[in-house]
Amino acid sequence: MAHDHEHTPTEDGDHPPTEYELLERALRELLIEKGVFTAEDVRRTIDDWDTRTPANGGKVVARAWTDPEYKARLLSDSKAAIEELGFDVGPAPQIVVLENTPRRHHVVVCTLCSCYPRTLLGLPPDWYKSKEYRSRVVVEPRAVLKEFGTEVPDDVEIKVVDSTADLRYLVLPERPAGTEGLSEDELAALVTRDCMVGVTNANPPG
Amino acid sequence: MVKRVPRRVPLTFTGRTLVMAGMPGPHDIGGKKFGGGGQGGGGKTTGAVPRGEHVFAAWEKRADAINRLIGGGGKQFYILDEMRRTIESLSPKDYFSLSYYERWIRALEMLLVEKGVLTRAEIDGRLAALRQG
Amino acid sequence: MADAEVAYGFAPGQRVRVKTGDPPGHIRTPTYLRGKEGVIEDRQGIYRNPEELAFGKPGLPKKPLYLVRFRQQDVWRDYSGPGTDTLSADIYEHWLEAI
Repeated sequence: MAHDHEHTPTEDGDHPPTEYELLERALRELLIEKGVFTAEDVRRTIDDWDTRTPANGGKVVARAWTDPEYKARLLSDSKAAIEELGFDVGPAPQIVVLENTPRRHHVVVCTLCSCYPRTLLGLPPDWYKSKEYRSRVVVEPRAVLKEFGTEVPDDVEIKVVDSTADLRYLVLPERPAGTEGLSEDELAALVTRDCMVGVTNANPPG
Repeated sequence: MVKRVPRRVPLTFTGRTLVMAGMPGPHDIGGKKFGGGGQGGGGKTTGAVPRGEHVFAAWEKRADAINRLIGGGGKQFYILDEMRRTIESLSPKDYFSLSYYERWIRALEMLLVEKGVLTRAEIDGRLAALRQG
Repeated sequence: MADAEVAYGFAPGQRVRVKTGDPPGHIRTPTYLRGKEGVIEDRQGIYRNPEELAFGKPGLPKKPLYLVRFRQQDVWRDYSGPGTDTLSADIYEHWLEAI
């Protein structure tokens, strides 16, 4: 019947479409027919967002670890410093970097929805959006971090940051010990998505 | 796992009535407990954080793209705050049984009708045609 | 209507309490923080009111936003972690009162 508006390389598999998949298709087809956007716009948007990954955040962290002046700029005007490295994070929402220290460990959540520094890191993982994470990390952060394999000593403050407004928070994890000789690329490889949310530390070298 | 095609969630404004009547929305869950069963003295403990890595289905990426094209960063048929309000107006049953992108696509549908971009008849008509395959 | 200059009412270091209440509509002050006492940590900017933006209204005049820091012990009656643990959230001025 209707000609195919869309042939993406990643189709949805062999199951019959769910009601919601049909709804997405219905809305998309209608909006394309009304000239609101084109199939190419959809593909282009997906491709653009596929470039936004935690690796971007890893580069920012690695630069901050190796360049104290960059780190100072990153902490005082995070958006501008991120853009220095060539990332387009858009005018809004603001990204703010939170520095972990030997005395303080940050962990970020959005209890009300799923606010996350998407323009830099891409789409958040399911667990970040889960009711379990959103409800529990504010009240028992140490137990939640333990599920992620992270033990924070009692003499280190855990600071939970709930993104309730238009700021998005990115954790700058501590630089792991034993990484003195590593290049910026090697350091960036130690930085995971999870350590920039704050549920883990950066990976140790080797 | 193949998802069973669910009964179509009816478009009602019950959720929005709840929002306007002053009951907290289902989304406001910091510190809330989600019990498993009702046994043994009502000790509700929310479970462990589910850790499975989700491979985004193509339709979910498309839903995300549509939102970017017509929302605040694109044509601005609506802005993020309106999208949040719409998701928050879902019933608790829907909010917690639908997946993240299922909530989004439902909210997109509601907003497009609310804003007069599409009509219910158009959407239902297209759905009927698509279901026939 | 031009945006009037909106001034911050609170300063970093100032003690504040989050207001209580359950008004209808789209509220970005989480229930778990309502009624709790904390300290202004940072001024976060002046923004259109999301409670009104959510319903297609202009959200003016703009509202100051603050990062407010709480001791976890002051937020949860049975907080099981160390007394030094904290929690911060971005709260709009109209949800805060000086103490």
